[in-house]
Amino acid sequence: MTTALFSVAGAVALIASLFVVTSQRIVHAALWLVVALGAIAGCFGVLHAEFVALVQILVYVGAIVVLVLFALMLTKAPTNPLPSLTTGRSPFAAVVAAVLALILGTGVVLAFGNEKIKPVADGSAQAVGTQVFKTWVLPFEVLSVLLLAALIGAIALSVRKKED
Amino acid sequence: MPLILPLLLAVVLFCIGVYGVLARRNVITLLMSFELMLNAVNLNLVAFDAWRINDATGQTLAVFVITLAAAEIGLGLAIVLLLFRGHGHVDADAARDLAEQDELVEQEKAT
Repeated sequence: MTTALFSVAGAVALIASLFVVTSQRIVHAALWLVVALGAIAGCFGVLHAEFVALVQILVYVGAIVVLVLFALMLTKAPTNPLPSLTTGRSPFAAVVAAVLALILGTGVVLAFGNEKIKPVADGSAQAVGTQVFKTWVLPFEVLSVLLLAALIGAIALSVRKKED
Repeated sequence: MPLILPLLLAVVLFCIGVYGVLARRNVITLLMSFELMLNAVNLNLVAFDAWRINDATGQTLAVFVITLAAAEIGLGLAIVLLLFRGHGHVDADAARDLAEQDELVEQEKAT
């Protein structure tokens, strides 16, 4: 049952992400990104990582994609199809990606081909919170400093100089 | 459920992201491809957590990576807007302000 559910969510994620990188309309690519990220959130849910799935929907679909859409709006992205969105080197890029997929896929199959997982319900906010404040306190604090630095950096980058 | 299923999905998603980074021209589509690659990493973390560890360590790290991705996209889009304000385009191939001077001179000679 979980295998079937995961396969469906994974197939949706794969097809949507293919559209993200090949769509000729940039706004459509951003909207396909919503589908891909939502399907990956579904994969997290099947793996019993409910908290991560919810955070994924909140942060990725709710915040990051909205930011991307705002950036598209502010950079006057055209809504008509643009063949020039993909460069002429896309065949080489496809070859590089295919070779990388082959190498990584072979390695993964050789290393973990026979392993099984039995997802148990341990993905509650309580389990993750216990881990954060028991084992990962220092990385958590460093991350909050990093978020503050990113905030200040974004403000410093986007403030207009007086002479402009 | 076989462990190989989420791992292979992560591999393919990562490679789709690599293709997007290499083949796309608009900076915002590059950022979208980065998001796909980060999601593949998250899928790996959650899958390995469900496989052997089972104490939510991988899920905690996945939440950390999501936070990092939020910081990254915020800064990245600020840089993109700055590029658009200065140059009037968001074309990654045409933003050559940091290219080496010799290379630029050679290109001007060629054109």
